[in-house]
Parts: sequence; structure tokens; C-alpha cells
Amino acid sequence: MSDLLFHLFAVFTVACALGVVFNKNAVASALCLLLSLVGVAGLFVLLDAFLLAVLLVLVYAGAVVALFLFIIMLLDMQGGDRKRFTKATLVSSTVAGGLLITGLVSFATRGLNHTTILAEVPVVGNSLRAYAEQLFTVYLLPVQIVGFLLLIAMLGVIVLSKKFEGLEDIK
Amino acid sequence: MFDFYFELPLLLRLVLQGTAVILVLFPLAAACSMAERKVSAWIQGRPGPNRTVPPFLAWIPGISILQKLGIFQLAADGGKFTFKEDVVPGHVNAFYFILAPIASMIPALTTVAFIPFGAYFTELADGTMKLVPIALTNLDVGLLAVFALGSLGVYSLILAGWASNSKYPFLGGVRASAQLISYELSMTLSVLPVFLWVNAPGGPGTLSLFDVVQSQSQPGFFGGMWYIFLMPLSAFIFLIALFAETNRQPFDMPESEADLVGGFHTEYGAFKWSLFFVAEYAHMIVGSGIFCLLFLGGWNPLPWVTLADVVNFGAGFLPLIASPLVMGVIGITLFLLKVGFFIFFFMWVRWTLPRFRYDQVMTLGWKKLLPLSIANLVLYAILIAVKDLYFPNL
Repeated sequence: MSDLLFHLFAVFTVACALGVVFNKNAVASALCLLLSLVGVAGLFVLLDAFLLAVLLVLVYAGAVVALFLFIIMLLDMQGGDRKRFTKATLVSSTVAGGLLITGLVSFATRGLNHTTILAEVPVVGNSLRAYAEQLFTVYLLPVQIVGFLLLIAMLGVIVLSKKFEGLEDIK
Repeated sequence: MFDFYFELPLLLRLVLQGTAVILVLFPLAAACSMAERKVSAWIQGRPGPNRTVPPFLAWIPGISILQKLGIFQLAADGGKFTFKEDVVPGHVNAFYFILAPIASMIPALTTVAFIPFGAYFTELADGTMKLVPIALTNLDVGLLAVFALGSLGVYSLILAGWASNSKYPFLGGVRASAQLISYELSMTLSVLPVFLWVNAPGGPGTLSLFDVVQSQSQPGFFGGMWYIFLMPLSAFIFLIALFAETNRQPFDMPESEADLVGGFHTEYGAFKWSLFFVAEYAHMIVGSGIFCLLFLGGWNPLPWVTLADVVNFGAGFLPLIASPLVMGVIGITLFLLKVGFFIFFFMWVRWTLPRFRYDQVMTLGWKKLLPLSIANLVLYAILIAVKDLYFPNL
């Protein structure tokens, strides 16, 4: 049962992810992204990680994709004229793709070689309390750093998107 | 008596339970539309729908009471929506146009899975009595799951507005996406003080809605207090955000008949149109249910008087009351009465207050409600920390 569900969700997730890339229509792409995220949430549920599944749906499916759609509809994107690929983009995309594949392959093979290490990872349970304790004790510094990065990104977006023309704009 | 039921396979039982809940929620949501017409009529000082009666039933004495209540009008409306020609206009994106009302039903009918309606005592193996919630699931992350599924409701409005391929629905869809995202933040922040209070140090650490009700059913002054008295500001912010999230007046920007014709559903008719409204009422029912569980003690009849107290008192006269079935029915009835009051409150506000302008909705959401809810959270975090440090036994 669980195996069957895993295969269903995995195929569903990947198919929807492909739909994001290959759809001509931006709204349909965003909806495929939504379905793909729901599929990932399903995979988390199969792993008994209910909190991650719920947070994924709440933050990404519920808010981020809705914002995507809002932007798409506000800008009324109809594809538009895209620039042709230049040599620089071809080279850089090949390098980036190669790095991504190398990373994935090494990740997969290392995972096969060191499966025993997985067993040594301390089990902290999937309850809300276990997550919270880990986040506020062991992983406090990374959490703070990520929060700080997000703050910087937010400030950057405000600075970049707002056109400062006169002194009265800076309030 | 019910042994045959427990011999069924688990999957079948779960499907039966889910179907039973939907079979109650769906007609209840439909009946809300009739309640809305009657309440609006009452507020405006007119009789409302009171004429419809099937001719073959008209001879029954006393049926005029049902007739005046508009019960048959509800059936007539339902029949009309079902059998009316289902038009798909030529200029729409047909696939997404049909998908939108279907998508509106998914969050509306799934969020109810995490709502406990009542509770009953069951005897454990060692003879102690344990209170068990009546709910489809009692998840550790209960409230988050409701918020997560509820937040998917915005897509039906966006899709409907976009797929209609015409200006007014489009504006309605854009407004819906902006409004629902804006108020989700305040809504989530406003309930955090409740869970700070529930999850005192040494507790289990939970977001389950059943545990919130349990912590309002403890002995003592603070134990039996409903959280609407303890945290009135949280309750107020949550209620306002709930109005915005369910697109009820004064926040019904996506619909906004005065300036957008019908908003996102301008191009819709017949059954598809009615699905949007059943979904809206189902959201209202679930939202009122969450408000009652968080701030009004769920199925407890009065503050400082719990359901268990009442049942134990009643069992002194009539032992039957303590049986799980009767206790469950009493709990569900009390809960539904509170929910019913809030449905009425939603309608009361709708027919009393005028609609906000769009810029007012955004100003209220981002400049007033959000800072207020953050300040509320910080205040309660400090108060609860002080209480836990210096008055742990209060």
C-alpha cells in the first residue's frame, strides 16, 4: 500500500514538474507547480513528516504559488519575445547542468555507499515538539542565519523594486 | 449494538465516516443560503421567501409553518440549480472554467476532517475514563493542517476570474488573491498566543484543536476560562481575518457587486455558480467551528462548566446520559449551536455594515491588523513567560 502510494506520488510529482517546464501558458505552469508541490507534500506524509507536509502546503502551495499567479495575472504575460540563446548562455547553462548532474549522481551513489550512517542519525520523532526543540537548541544558529538572509533578501527586493526618484520617496 | 460496524475493514469505515460528515456539511452549507435570505429579510423588515409549497403537500395541516420558514424554497432553489441548463460561454477557457468550481469544493470539504465536533468518555483497560474526541482525524498539527488546506481555497477564485476571460471577473480574481494572502498572515499570528498558553512548559507540545478545548476544560479559574476572555484581542483579530478569508461582507472584494457586476462569478450560472456558494458557506461553517474551538470552549456549555461536569451531573438522575452515544450527541449539539450563532453573526454583519473600498481592505490588513497581531503576540509571549516564571501554580 505504502509502496504503491509512493510510486503514485513520485510519478505525479515528476509529471507535474515536467508540466511546469513544458507548458506554454504561464498560468497552467503555475498550476502544475502547485500540483507538484502537493505531490511532494504527499511524499512527506508517507515519510510520517506531517509537519513538513503541512508547512509545504501552507507556505508554498497556499501563498507562494498564489503570489506567482497574482504576478502573472497582473503583468498579463503572454510569452512575449524571448531573446535567442547566445554563446555565453549556452556555455554557462551546460556548465550549470553538468554540475547539477554531478551533484545528483554523487549524492545518489554516496547515499548507497553509506547507508549505515543513516541509521546513526538520532531519531527525534516526528512530533511538533521534537521539531521545535531541535530548531531552538541544536539548529538555533542556522535558523537565525536563514532568517537574517531572508530579511536581507526582503530589503533587497524593496530597494530594487521601488524607484527612488526624489527625496520625498525615501521616507 | 454497533459491533457489526467495527468488524468492517478500516478503509471502508473511514470512507463511511468521511461521507457521513460531508453528507451533513453539504446540505448544511446549502441551508445557510436559505438562512441568509431569511435573516436578511428579517433585518430589512420584510417577510422573505414564504410562499413556496409543493401543491401535492399543501393539504397537510400545519404545513404552512414550514412554508413560512421557506424550507420548500430551499428545495426549489436546489432543484433549479441542478436542472438549469449549464452554459459555458464561448469566450472562456473551458477547462479551467469548469475546474474552478470543482476546485472550490476541495478545501471546503476537506478542512472539516480536522475539526473535532464533540467528545465522549470511554473506559480504558485499567478502568479509568478517558475523554475521546469525535473527529475524523485528531492530528498533532491539526490547526496548521486546516490553515494549509484552507489556503488552497484562493485558487478557485483566481482560476474562475482568469478563465472567464473578461474584465470584471479578472479584477475579482486579482483582488481575491491579494486579499486572501494579506489576511492569512494576521489570522495565523492571532492564534499563536492561544497555543503559547496551551503549550505550557512540560506539556505535550501540540497544535491539536482537541487539546485546545481540553485546556479550556480544566478546573480552576484560569483552567475553565474560555480564551475569548483571556485573549479578547486575539479573538477579535481572528474574527476579522475570518471574515476576510471567507470573502464575507464587509470584505467581499472578489465579488463586490456594486463595482464588479458579480466579480469572479460574473460568467457563471446554474450548478457551477451554486458550487461557489456552497463552498463559501462551508468555509464559514468550518471557520466558525475553529473560532468556537479556539476561543469559545468548543462543546463546553458555559465557561467554567465543562461537558464532563454536565454529563456527570445528569448521570446522577439518568445514567443513560453518561453513555458515549448520548454524551456525543449532547456535545455535537452544543458545538453546532455555537457554530449556528456565528453563522448568524456573519449574516448579521453582512446586512448591517457597508462594504469596504479595496484600498481600505489593504490598509486595514497590512497597516492595522498585521502590526496589531504582532504586538498582541509579543505582549502575550511576555505575559505568559512572566506567569510561567513567577506564578507557575496560578
